[in-house]
Amino acid sequence: MTHPHVTQDTDTPTGRTDPAVASLDDLHAHLRTQLGATARAWLGQALDEAAAHPGIHGPVSVWELRLAEAGRRCGSAHADAARVLILHAARADAGALARVYFQGTAAERRAVLRALPHLVPGPDALPLVQDALRTNDTRLLAAAVGPYAARHLDPHQWRHAVLKCLFTGVPVDHVADLARRARGDGELARMLGDHAAERIAAGRPVPADLHRVLTLTDPTAGSPADTGTGTSGSDGKES
Amino acid sequence: MRLFDPHIHMTSRTTDDYAALHAAGVRAVVEPSFWLGQPRTSPASFLDYFDSLLGWEPFRAAQYGIAHHCALALNPKEANDPRCVPVLDELPRYLLKDRVVAVGEVGYDSMTPAEDTALAAQLQLAAEHALPALVHTPHRDKLAGVRRTLDVVRESALPPDRVLLDHLNETTVKEAKDSGCWLGFSVYPDTKMDEARMVAILREYGLAQVLVNSAADWGRSDPLKTRKVADLMLAEGFTEDDADRVLWRNPVAFYGLSGRLELEVTATEATHEGNSVLRGAPGDGAGPAGIPAGEV
Ligand SMILES: [Zn+2]
Repeated sequence: MTHPHVTQDTDTPTGRTDPAVASLDDLHAHLRTQLGATARAWLGQALDEAAAHPGIHGPVSVWELRLAEAGRRCGSAHADAARVLILHAARADAGALARVYFQGTAAERRAVLRALPHLVPGPDALPLVQDALRTNDTRLLAAAVGPYAARHLDPHQWRHAVLKCLFTGVPVDHVADLARRARGDGELARMLGDHAAERIAAGRPVPADLHRVLTLTDPTAGSPADTGTGTSGSDGKES
Repeated sequence: MRLFDPHIHMTSRTTDDYAALHAAGVRAVVEPSFWLGQPRTSPASFLDYFDSLLGWEPFRAAQYGIAHHCALALNPKEANDPRCVPVLDELPRYLLKDRVVAVGEVGYDSMTPAEDTALAAQLQLAAEHALPALVHTPHRDKLAGVRRTLDVVRESALPPDRVLLDHLNETTVKEAKDSGCWLGFSVYPDTKMDEARMVAILREYGLAQVLVNSAADWGRSDPLKTRKVADLMLAEGFTEDDADRVLWRNPVAFYGLSGRLELEVTATEATHEGNSVLRGAPGDGAGPAGIPAGEV
């Protein structure tokens, strides 16, 4: 009775089943294999309704209702994926996503964050990411530092997001495109170094993730698979 | 021993309380919305509170291995403040949400016409959203308040077996039981019920449809009262199964009427590598779980 018996969510930030990373087709195929018959039928109908009646209608559009109840219909393990698919079927734009985010539970907000890279091409939805990064809810933080943030967050905010992950114990595996954005980022390296010094002064361990990111800030670090093409120094990342 | 506190205001409690609740065996709580001690002045204040009950508070609870659900409503006291009443227009969209397992706390405080209106309207909302209702019975003029509450319930679209009458005591239990409603008892350090009187009521009226809660909040109250009642039940000759029925299966059955109870606690994926840190890092002595420090 001294240890909470917590079922760990084994969701990983990469692969076919992460709603922010997987293609929507993969996500849908995966859900079809995982959901029971009742939930599968519910989701099929929810997606059809959303596709037939996109946009905002009245106080609660039918797809917003389906979004709200996705957890109890599909189970919390599959709710994010179901919600991302519903948002896509409803062709939710930045305005609709902002509405459902700010009217949503933490679980709905997380799903909206994970839908952003699929649904919003430009930076219009950045206020949602910034809102999530102000919270201390590690589920929201992890979803906020996905591919959409990697694409659109400015360097200052992105560095603080990485540091906040280290502070709150969000594994930096959740930070999309980490290697590309960290490479050659001298300012991030300074912040990490200062944070490590503070931990050491306090007699506390320095998280392994900190060393990992620090290594990635080396201008010569990186893997050939990364898209960055020989950008040295931080100039290329400040734009 | 597994315990379910069906009425506790965790927003007002600390992480130490969550740790103590878990250590005592509490694995699930329902937090009904209520007033804050300080009167609210606008619907926006309610909306932030509701959002917290659907966001931050379940997150906090999950860090300690406790499943958190909520009941949402305009509370009886603030039903009298015309600045607050417009929150009733916003309530329907909240009642759709996962983990909202009842409408509540509704009921009477001073038995005013405004309270009549708010109670009837919210019982109707419960019926429309297929939710049960948690109905607070007044602290002053309690027996008359229970009778008036039962009149409103009978006139409502909500059948009595989807209504939990809370804060009952020796003077009100009989009529409440005869109504067919579920019976809630709040066990407090000084007021309401105490453990010994609670066990006596269980002996006299039986265990069926009885729920026991701590109703712990920002006032003098004790979040471990559910455990203390269970312990006294066992000491006084009730069986483990009896205690499990009152302190787990009955609340699961009542709130299960919503179809939205999810008793499995899922830790955040963000802490799945055992790095439950939260206040720093493993080795900070934060225990098995923690919460990010406020200054983060
Ligand atoms: Zn209460």
